[in-house]
Amino acid sequence: MTLNVLPPASTESGLPEEPQRSESAPLRPARKKKRPSLLPYGLIAPAALAELLIHLLPMVLGIWIAFITLNQLSIANWVDAPFVGFQNFVNGLNPNSSIGAEFYSALGRTIGFTIIVLAIAWSMGMLGAVLLTTSFRGRGILRTLFLVPYALPSYVGTIAWAFMFNRSDGAINHFLVDQLHLFGGDRPFWLLGGNSFWAIVIVTAWQMWPFAFLMLLAALQNIPGDVYEAAALDGASLWKQFTRITLPMIKPANAVLMLIMGLWIFNQFNVPFVLFGAASPKEATLISPLIYQQSFSNWNFGLGGAMSVLLLIVLLIASAFYIRMVLPKPKPGEED
Amino acid sequence: MIVTPGFKVFRFFGLAFLSIVVLVPLYVVVTTSLKPLADVQGAFTWIPSNFTIKPYFDIWETVPLAQYFKNSLIVTCSATILSVIMAVLAAYALARLRFKGQRPFSLVVLSTQMFPGILFLLPLFLIFVQIRNASGLQLTGSYAGLIITYMTFSLPFSIWMLTGYFASIPKELEEASMIDGTGRMGALFRVIIPVAKPGIIAVAVYAFITAWGEVLFASVLTSNDTRTLAIGLQAYSSQQDVYWNQLMAASVVVSLPVLIGFMFVQKHLITGLSSGAVK
Repeated sequence: MTLNVLPPASTESGLPEEPQRSESAPLRPARKKKRPSLLPYGLIAPAALAELLIHLLPMVLGIWIAFITLNQLSIANWVDAPFVGFQNFVNGLNPNSSIGAEFYSALGRTIGFTIIVLAIAWSMGMLGAVLLTTSFRGRGILRTLFLVPYALPSYVGTIAWAFMFNRSDGAINHFLVDQLHLFGGDRPFWLLGGNSFWAIVIVTAWQMWPFAFLMLLAALQNIPGDVYEAAALDGASLWKQFTRITLPMIKPANAVLMLIMGLWIFNQFNVPFVLFGAASPKEATLISPLIYQQSFSNWNFGLGGAMSVLLLIVLLIASAFYIRMVLPKPKPGEED
Repeated sequence: MIVTPGFKVFRFFGLAFLSIVVLVPLYVVVTTSLKPLADVQGAFTWIPSNFTIKPYFDIWETVPLAQYFKNSLIVTCSATILSVIMAVLAAYALARLRFKGQRPFSLVVLSTQMFPGILFLLPLFLIFVQIRNASGLQLTGSYAGLIITYMTFSLPFSIWMLTGYFASIPKELEEASMIDGTGRMGALFRVIIPVAKPGIIAVAVYAFITAWGEVLFASVLTSNDTRTLAIGLQAYSSQQDVYWNQLMAASVVVSLPVLIGFMFVQKHLITGLSSGAVK
């Protein structure tokens, strides 16, 4: 593969290291006195640089933006944009102002959205994973099929749903109104008003559940089969086996999965953007699209920045828990 | 698990339900892409009465699909290759070497994954503008800006997954190789990478899928010339009069490369996940 091509940064520090390493290899019993090596830094340098430029620097700059007046006029020369202190926060995040009220209701809505989608996607993923760990004919085909919504580009899946949600000639109204004769013949709007919230729930859950399925399937495969056999011999029902064996044994993997998925759902942007464009209906405005709208439709980057800072604080608090669960503790005796 | 008759019934209905949920939108996309325009402009029909493959030809005229395709391929492939190289190197360091700053590095990498792209979008745009002003290097509206952005997006998950994967490879393997005088890097390339191939492939597919479907940054960082498929088709789908049959034909065409690639590696993806990330 292409892996023989090393980026310059790591070749430089990697190569001089090699002769020294191979010399010291036969002396392995004396390894403890080894000089600190530059090799690990050479290896992480490309990734660290990319993270610095694309993630860390923008995050710091993002905080600065919240404190300046930044609009179409000042953006070309944003370094000189006037500093306004907490003005953006006062204007935009005051719960009594209309923009502030919108922000807080979007935040609450996004939390509700996350819980609902996570519950649906996790349940479907778990159902699929449990059923596909038993063997039967056609298992491989179904496993591939279930992963399709995840492999499909997100915008393609969303465009398909946009067509199905179409009021006059979409598949959903055709099925519900023309075929099942619901709603007394009135074709409901799916992409306007209150229903639009459920539209993004359905589309996001449809796209997300295969990821839960994939991770849970991998986790279930690590449970040895004889555990179930022993439980069955003791007369445990299948439901008992599920709640007493399966769930406890995949607990660590499950916790990680729930957190990653929860964050992806919370940060959802693609689905509303493709369904509604830059401005979502007010019943379906999630937090990321709201910030996008403030920044790139209303050209009020300072306000968008202030909202981002608040969101950052919320997520930082959540990240403290996330990291505690995911990051392995320093491994004693793993290396040397 | 011991399969009882009751479970078999439950399994049948469970799998039928999930299959229908997955299949209905896919069915709508494929059948719509094969309908003539007149049939998609009226009421929806489940079973097409007329078949045509004309939409698959017309869409290349309706939107500059070939241009979008080229742009997406350049950006996605470059980002995937770079991202995999960086992830392999960093994950090897994290899994096998101990160094000062190891924990802060993993911490930063992991935590960036949780923040919404929207937090980085505007500041990144401003940084790119500033780089252009200072050095003339054009990063907005060009391939380069999008490539370095996308390669970084998939890094956290890739590094995390590969670290777990590398750590699960017995150390004796590379120690034997190092005693033979290959050195650390030699051991990485001759022993670790071949053994970890499934994990690396899984990570590459992940990076490819991430970049191929990205919308948010592409909507701001591309110009007319560098528009990706995602933005090109999204923009077309939000127009007043959409030729849905052609749009669905385009959807099929842009999904095929990803789906075919995914089918080939899905087995690796599951093995990669179960020995890497999930543990």
